Amino acid sequence: MATVDRPRGTRRLRRLSQRFSLWIVVLAGIVLLVAGVASAATAASATSAAPAADADGGFIRGARILAPDHLRLQLAGPVSALDRANFRLTDDRAPDVPIDIRDVVAEPGNKILLTVGERLDPSAAYRIEMRDPAASRAVRPAPWALLLTVVLSSALINNFVFTRYLGLCIFFGVSKKRDTAVGMGITFSIVMILSAMISWALFSLVMVPLQIRFLQILIFIGVVAFLVQALDTILKKTHRSLHQKWGVYLMLITTNCIILAVPLLNAAADSGPAESFALALGSGIGFAIALFLMSCAREKLELARVPVAFQGLPIAFTLAGLFALAFMGFSGLSFLR
Amino acid sequence: MSQPILLRERPPSARTLLMNGIFGENPVFRLALSLCPAVAVTTTVANGIMLGVAVLLVQVLSSVTVALTRRGIHPRVRIPVYTIIIAVWVSAIDMVLAGFFPSLYAQVGLYVKLIVAFAIIISRLEVFASRMPLIPTFWDGLGMGLGFLFALIVIGVFRELLGSGAILGYAVVPEKPLLFFALPAGGFFSIGLLMAFFNMIERWRNGGKARASGGGGGHGHG
Repeated sequence: MATVDRPRGTRRLRRLSQRFSLWIVVLAGIVLLVAGVASAATAASATSAAPAADADGGFIRGARILAPDHLRLQLAGPVSALDRANFRLTDDRAPDVPIDIRDVVAEPGNKILLTVGERLDPSAAYRIEMRDPAASRAVRPAPWALLLTVVLSSALINNFVFTRYLGLCIFFGVSKKRDTAVGMGITFSIVMILSAMISWALFSLVMVPLQIRFLQILIFIGVVAFLVQALDTILKKTHRSLHQKWGVYLMLITTNCIILAVPLLNAAADSGPAESFALALGSGIGFAIALFLMSCAREKLELARVPVAFQGLPIAFTLAGLFALAFMGFSGLSFLR
Repeated sequence: MSQPILLRERPPSARTLLMNGIFGENPVFRLALSLCPAVAVTTTVANGIMLGVAVLLVQVLSSVTVALTRRGIHPRVRIPVYTIIIAVWVSAIDMVLAGFFPSLYAQVGLYVKLIVAFAIIISRLEVFASRMPLIPTFWDGLGMGLGFLFALIVIGVFRELLGSGAILGYAVVPEKPLLFFALPAGGFFSIGLLMAFFNMIERWRNGGKARASGGGGGHGHG
């Protein structure tokens, strides 16, 4: 080594930076891509929403969905007409159909609690209007809450392995040892985010304008194959030790259904860049969690006396069923209320 | 099982190939391949049949395509070419199903698209279709597809009967015996139980000796 005569700290720093430089570049790329696209998106939405900005808010300072049938308004001052006819609530998806308001109750601090006749979806957008004094306001979840909910939902509530059964081949193949499970989880999450972002860019910037949505299967699997091959080649040339450690997992990723399912789901929902990123991040985390838990349990299983007919995959499936049962307890988690 | 089919001199007969696909090397129970959809869509028999038919069509069509074009495919690029062939047929089948069976498709649509990532199809192309002439390849594809369909129907009947007390939507048992099996977690349990059952049968047939090679448990302990 040429660095033998250097002080130890510098050497370590250098080795660390060498070891992680590729990941730093990859992460920086992702962050830049997301930041750029997100800022462009917010700028676009800000310009389109500008004419309506003065109509928004005004007398109604805030509106929040408390429970599926309760909506709380924060007003700027006291209101005299506590009449159901004074308020009009509409769903942005059907702006002509007013939602039935059952009850209006005034609360201390210029607050009003509306009881509604339908179930409100906390992730959807609504509009509340007042006749006297005239005001209107959009009722929609905060963007960060929506994104966090997407991450949480795809990682835990709708875990891709335990509730959607995707990526099972890899899941059962790699979860025998804890080390391999961790390596696969990390590699998979990184590749997942990269491929989801590339697929999103291709889909919304190329395929939608050219009207070739029907080619999505062909193009998305091409993206995955290309990305995995490219990462493999780059790693082999630049970080040989990293490649020796994690190159195996890279090649396995191509056969994982999740990596294809996430772009397909994003395309089906016409997700924006931030939502695509959140779904990819959540599914990567979810897969890593599932792998890690399963590998811990299967290491213990090595010591157990399993009935002969159940040895191997059958007992692994039963174990996964127990995990799936436990993951059902996560349903209902949300940042939206 | 005697000799693996591929090591024989002459191409095997249609009957051997069909039986091999459905029982000897059943994709789900014996080879333990393409399990994801097998668990996911089998909450009802109808969903299982839908996906099974889709896989059957994709398998036969892409096997035949590869068998016809195998002399033109350079060995070094064969995997990407196979992937493209599968993706093309999956897209076609996907559109056909979406057009003709919209309500069923709404439930299993994602999994139909994901057929493209099924290990079973590409492994049959690699193992069989790239070396054999057209006719045996067709029968092998048909056998594998039927084997997959058979497995999905078995799991579907098991889960729908226990989960909602019905078969193909017609009530068989008055109440729902074990709703658990219709839930996501139940899918894992049903596959585990059915696999253990098939392993047990295999052990009986072999006179209580260890499992035959490539059994459903082949992934696990040596």
